[in-house]
Formats: sequence, structure tokens, C-alpha cells
Amino acid sequence: MLDIFLNDNFISFILILLKIIALVVPLLVIVAFLTYAERKVIASVQLRKGPNVVGPFGLLQPLADGLKLFSKETIFPTVSNKIVFLLAPMIAFSLSIAAWAVIPLADGWVISNINVGILYLFAISSLSVYGIIMAGWASNSKYAFMGALRSAAQMVSYEVSIGLVIVTVLVCVGSLNLSDIVYAQKSVWYVFPLFPMFVVFFISALAETNRAPFDLPEDESSLVGGYFTEYSSMLFAMFFLGEYAAMIMMSGMATILFLGGWLPPFNITILNDIPGFIWFAGKTSLMLFTFLWVRATFPRFRYDQLMRIGWKVFLPFSLLWVVLTSGFLIIFDLLPASI
Amino acid sequence: MGKIYRSFWFIILGELCSGMFLTLKYMFKKPVTINYQFEKGKLSPRFRGEHALRRYPNGEERCIACKLCEAVCPALAITIESEPREDNSRRTTRYDIDMTKCIYCGLCEEACPVDAIVQGPNYEFAKESREELFYDKEKLLENGDRWESVLSKNIQKDKQFR
Repeated sequence: MLDIFLNDNFISFILILLKIIALVVPLLVIVAFLTYAERKVIASVQLRKGPNVVGPFGLLQPLADGLKLFSKETIFPTVSNKIVFLLAPMIAFSLSIAAWAVIPLADGWVISNINVGILYLFAISSLSVYGIIMAGWASNSKYAFMGALRSAAQMVSYEVSIGLVIVTVLVCVGSLNLSDIVYAQKSVWYVFPLFPMFVVFFISALAETNRAPFDLPEDESSLVGGYFTEYSSMLFAMFFLGEYAAMIMMSGMATILFLGGWLPPFNITILNDIPGFIWFAGKTSLMLFTFLWVRATFPRFRYDQLMRIGWKVFLPFSLLWVVLTSGFLIIFDLLPASI
Repeated sequence: MGKIYRSFWFIILGELCSGMFLTLKYMFKKPVTINYQFEKGKLSPRFRGEHALRRYPNGEERCIACKLCEAVCPALAITIESEPREDNSRRTTRYDIDMTKCIYCGLCEEACPVDAIVQGPNYEFAKESREELFYDKEKLLENGDRWESVLSKNIQKDKQFR
């Protein structure tokens, strides 16, 4: 009997489980505090103070919010499809958590160092459309449905340009492995040679995660609450957590693709002594701050403007840049060896 | 030239960047929020808050029951009854203000020839029932005694503009 628990497979299983817990629990805490950070940043831009009553500087506000959502009743609309209604937030939430499996937080700090990491990330972020569209359909409400349709159209459109941006980076790296992408930036971060692509990636990431100014799927003024209009309590919280986890994931992806992941900006001993995880976290928080900053600055786009930018500006532009980059690499014979 | 400049501005996303820079600048400004209850905003000496009936320094009430305030009150919130006292001075026997009717226009204060009825700086007199907001003479005089120092100071400050 004891043999079952002591064999190698079981121990490695337990280790993986511990790794997952060690990743997911801090992640959820960070997500909770991201909502706090968002409220604080937007408040300070608008000359307000933001939450400052619950705990020191209002730091316990996210816990209070979470507790409130926990204690609320889950309401199912009478005409909704209960199973799909219940499934949708779970899908949205678990997908945005699942994406973290391949993201290297530091040298070797990755749960699953698969060779097609970037494809996995891309696939997962595409799949998250399903959670949203299921939510919209199962709610059987026109607002939720419209929100879901908008969201699906938007995410699909911007995925195309994100894909081309990733292709540009991959052409420079010559590997689909996320750790290899970071190693390739040892001499220079890709944000410098590929800066226009970085801007395209960032703006597409805003659209991909349904953040302002592209938060049409949850457009309060025209769609009440968008695809989660009918959701309440923990189901709503799961959408919320999923959205913010996706936001952190996109920032992490931008960090890995363009900002050199866990690498310090200069290859100096002092900077190298700081653990890579700190660099990764710092860069990711910088990206996250930009997400919030953008939200505090710009008004919401109109739907046709959103689609026009996606298809008529970003797609041709990123396509042109793929051609330019690969042409440059071929002419100067700089193609990475493994291609 | 203008065209080149404009297209350059467009290519570097000038409008977006300048907007972002503006919000970044605002982030470091002092918030205008005040923590009400712990901090309170500054009030003008003319602030029209809760009513009070004032007294002379010797303790004699100022009101002479001329009923100008009752006449001028546009909301008909003031009710006054009066009769001569033993020393033949005319004083009110009843001075009621229905605070639920009052519109805080300040006309009673302006009509009063002896600065008896005034509106003080107190605005935190929310109550849990309507009955508590039907103020009688006793309550108004008590308000006057409570706020007298502030009231006389405010009247002094505002005198030069009258």
C-alpha cells in the first residue's frame, strides 16, 4: 500500500501540485491587489483618494470585496441554460490561470517548459473567447448576448495582429520556447529594434483583454454590463478574476516577448545579483501600470472605429513589419541558427 | 511643412502620448477629496444652515415678535404667536420652524430687524423622524446659545457687505 505513495511518479505529481499552488495562490492575491491598484491609480489621476478606509491605506479593500461577493446569492435567470451558465465563468477563469503554466518567471522557474510555449499561450488566449460567448448565450439576455458577440468579434480581430507580432519576434528568435525567447534578448531587448511592433502588441493586448479604451463588451452606457450582465456573486467574481489574470498574463507575455523577461537591462554584476523574478515582476507591473494608466486616460472607442483600427491599420502594418524584419534578417544574414 | 509635421505627429501617436503625459502629471497632484467627518470643508460666513434664535449678552432674547420672518418665509415654515409680557415688552410665546418645509433661502435672517433669527454654520442635524425636525422656540434658543460665538463672529464678518 505504501509503495503507491512512495513511487517516483507520485512524488513528482505532488511536486507539480505544489508548484501549481505556489504559482496560483500568489497569482490570485496579485489579481486581488490589482483591482485595488486600479482603483488607486484611476483615483489619483482624477484627483481623488481611492479606497482608504478598510485597513491601512485601504489595502484590505480587495479582501472586503471578495468577502462580499462570496456571501452573495448566485442568481440564475429563469430562462437561462443553467449548465452553460455555470460553466462559462469557470472556463474563462481556469483558462486565464492555465496560461500561466508556461510563463517563465525567472531562469528555470516555469511549471512546464514546453517547446511550443508561445503557441500554447496563443491558443489559450484564443480559447478564452469561448467562456465569454457561452456566458452571453446562456444568460438569454440581449445585453449579455450583444456583449458576447462584440467581445468575440473583437478578440478574434485583434488576435490576428497579435499573431503577426509574435511571428515577428519568433523570426528574430528562431524558437517557440518562451525561455529561449528570453535568452535571445541577452544582448538587446526586442522593444528597441521592434518598437512599432511593441506598440501594436500593447494596443492589441488592450483589445484582447477587453480593457479600456477597447472595453466595448462591458460597455456600461450601451450594454449595461456586457456579457456578465446576468452574473452575480462568485460566478461574477470568477469572470473578474479571469479578466485581471488575463491582463497580468498579457503583461507577462509583453515582458517576455519584448522586455527581456527576467533579464536585467544591463549585463552588470550588481544588476545580475538581483533575482530574475524581481526583474520579471517589476517589468510586468510596469506594463500593468500602463494598462491602468491607459484606462484612466482614454475614452471608450466606438465599435466601428475599433474594427477599423484592427483590420485596416494594425493588420497591414504588422504584416508589413513581418516582411520588413524577415527581409532585413535575410539580407544581412542574421537569421537565427535553429530555423 | 504643417502637413509633414502633422503626419509625423500622427506616426509617433502624438495626441495619445500627450494625453497620457497629462494624466501622468495629474497623478502627482494633491487629491481634492476631503475625508468628511474627519476633515470638513471651509464654510462662508454667509452659510445658511440650521436656524438659531439669538439672545442679547444679558440673556434677554432678541426676538420682538414683529413676525416679519413669518411674513417673508416663502415656504410658510415659520409660525409665531405672541403676547405682551408682565413688563409690557412684546415677546413670542411660540416660535416654531418646520425644518422639513424650510428651503434654507435665508430670507428670515435678512428680514429680522434685530438679528434674532439667524442661520448658523451647522448642517449636520439629520434626524431619524419628522417630529424631531419640528423645531420649537426652546430648541431654537438652545441652538442660539450653543452657536453664539460662531454666529456673532460671522455676523461681524459679513457686516461690511450689508
